[in-house]
Amino acid sequence: MNFITALINGLSAGGTYAIIALGYTMVYGIAKMLNFAHGDIIMVGGYAMYLTLLAAGHPILALIAAIVCCVVLGVLVERFAYKPLRGASPLAVLITAIGVSFLLQSVAQIAFGTSPKMLSALKIGGFFSIGTLKIDYSTLVTLAVTVLVMTGLTVFVKYSKTGRAMVAVSEDRDAALLMGINTNAIIAVTFAIGSALAAVACYLMLTKGSSVTATFGAMPGIKAFTAAVIGGIGSIPGAMLGGILLGVVESISLSIPALAPYTDAVEFAILIVILLVKPAGLLGKMRREKV
Amino acid sequence: MSDVLLKVEDLNVYYGMIQALRGISFEVNRGEIVSLIGANGAGKTTTLHTITGLIHPKSGSVCYKGQDVTHIPAHKIVSMGMVHVPEGRRIFQGLSVYDNLLLGSYSRKDKNEIKKNMDMVLSQFPRLAERKNQLAGTLSGGEQQMLAMGRALLSNPELIVLDEPSMGLSPLLVGEVFEIVKSFREAGKTVLLVEQNAKKALSISDRAYVLENGVITMSGKASELADDERVRKAYLGA
Repeated sequence: MNFITALINGLSAGGTYAIIALGYTMVYGIAKMLNFAHGDIIMVGGYAMYLTLLAAGHPILALIAAIVCCVVLGVLVERFAYKPLRGASPLAVLITAIGVSFLLQSVAQIAFGTSPKMLSALKIGGFFSIGTLKIDYSTLVTLAVTVLVMTGLTVFVKYSKTGRAMVAVSEDRDAALLMGINTNAIIAVTFAIGSALAAVACYLMLTKGSSVTATFGAMPGIKAFTAAVIGGIGSIPGAMLGGILLGVVESISLSIPALAPYTDAVEFAILIVILLVKPAGLLGKMRREKV
Repeated sequence: MSDVLLKVEDLNVYYGMIQALRGISFEVNRGEIVSLIGANGAGKTTTLHTITGLIHPKSGSVCYKGQDVTHIPAHKIVSMGMVHVPEGRRIFQGLSVYDNLLLGSYSRKDKNEIKKNMDMVLSQFPRLAERKNQLAGTLSGGEQQMLAMGRALLSNPELIVLDEPSMGLSPLLVGEVFEIVKSFREAGKTVLLVEQNAKKALSISDRAYVLENGVITMSGKASELADDERVRKAYLGA
C-alpha cells in the first residue's frame, strides 16, 4: 500500500515537473535556446499570487493574475533579452538566460525580502481514503490539471494553425519563413505558453502548502529541465514522459528510508544513465547535421 | 513591350567580408520560365535568397510587380504572390503530407479558396493524395519534391522561384519534375528556375542568364544560349 501511495504522489509531483518541463522543451524546440530563467518565472508567479491574495483574497483570482503576470514577463524577457541575440552564438544566449535568472531572483529579494511568504489560502488540505490508502485532495487536483494541460497542449499543437506553425518553426526556421510564417511571432507565442504553464505549475506546488522565496523556482526548474532532457529536449511527449518518470522515481525513493536522504542524487543519477544509453533522451531525435 | 513581373537591379550581396553577388541585374516577365545557370558557388542560390528576403543585399534592389521588396522580410513576401521552393526541398518531415500542404497556405485567409486549391493540388499530384496522412519524412525523394512544389502552389503564387528541383533525382523523375515546371507556365504562372542540369533547364525555358562568380556573363533566349559554343563547353558537356 505504501508503494501505491508513493506511486500516486509520484504521478502528481511528476505532473508538476512535466508542466514546467513543457516550457523548457517548447522554447528549446522552437527558439533553439535553453531558457534557464524559466524556473524564476515560476517564482514571479508565486509573488504575483501572494500580492493578489493580499489585495483580493481569492485563489482562482490569484491564479489568473499569476498567469497574466508570467505571460507578460515571459514575452518581455524574450523580446528584450533573447530576441536581440537571435543568430548569436549559443553560449552568449545561455549566459544571458542565466543573467536574467539572477536578475529576477535579485529583484524579487529586494522587493519582498528574504523571509518566506506563506500562501496558506492556496493550500488544499484534506484527503480521502480507500481502505488504508490515503490520497491528498491536492494530489488529485494536480493530477486532473496535468491531464487537462497535456491533452489541451497536444490538441493545440496538432490541430491548430498556430500549433502547426510551431512544429514547422521547430523543424526548419527558414523553410517556415518561406511559408509566410512570422517566426518571431511564433517564438513569442511559445514563450507566452511556456510562461502560462509555469504559473499553473506554481499554483499546483502551492496547493501542497509551500511558501515562496526568491529561489522558489530554482530547484523545480532544474528538476524539470532534467525531466525535459530525460524525455528528449525539444519533444513535447518527451517532456511529459520525463516529468512523470522523474516524479515517480523521486516519490518512490523518498518512500524508501535508506534512499530518502539521497533522493536528489538518485534523480540526477537516472539522468546520467539515460543519457549514456540514449544520448538524445527517451523520445528525442538525434539531429543530423546537414553538410 | 512585355510585362515585367520581377526586376532585379545591381544587387551586391556579401557574406561577411566575402562578396557573393557583384552587381547582378536581370528581369523576369509575366508568363515566362527564366533560368539562372552556372557552376557551384556562382551565386545562384544567393540570388534566390535575396529575391525572397531570406538575406538582404548591401546595395541594389528587387522590384516585384513594380513594388520595391528589397527589405521586406521573407514571411511577408509569400502573401504578395511570390513563393520560393528551396534547395533540398525542406519539407517538414515530422508533419503529415496534408499538414505540409496546409502550411503552404499559411498566409491565406479564405478557407473556401484554400480548399479548392488543395483539391486541385491533390488531383495534380495523385501520389500525394494517396499518402495524405503519411509523415512527409517517409516519402521518397521524388515525392518530397512533388510535395515541396505542391506546398508552394497552395500559396496561390504568381511567381514560383525554384532552386534545384531536380537535384538528387533519378533520370525518370527529373523528366517528370521538368514536365511539372512546364505545367506551371501553362497554368499562367511565372517561373524563375535555378538548375545544375543546364541542358534540361534551357530546353524548357524562354530565356536564361549565365552566372559566373557572382556576375552575369551571358543572357538571352534559352534556345540561343543552348547553341552558344561557350555555354555548350562549360555547362552542357559538349
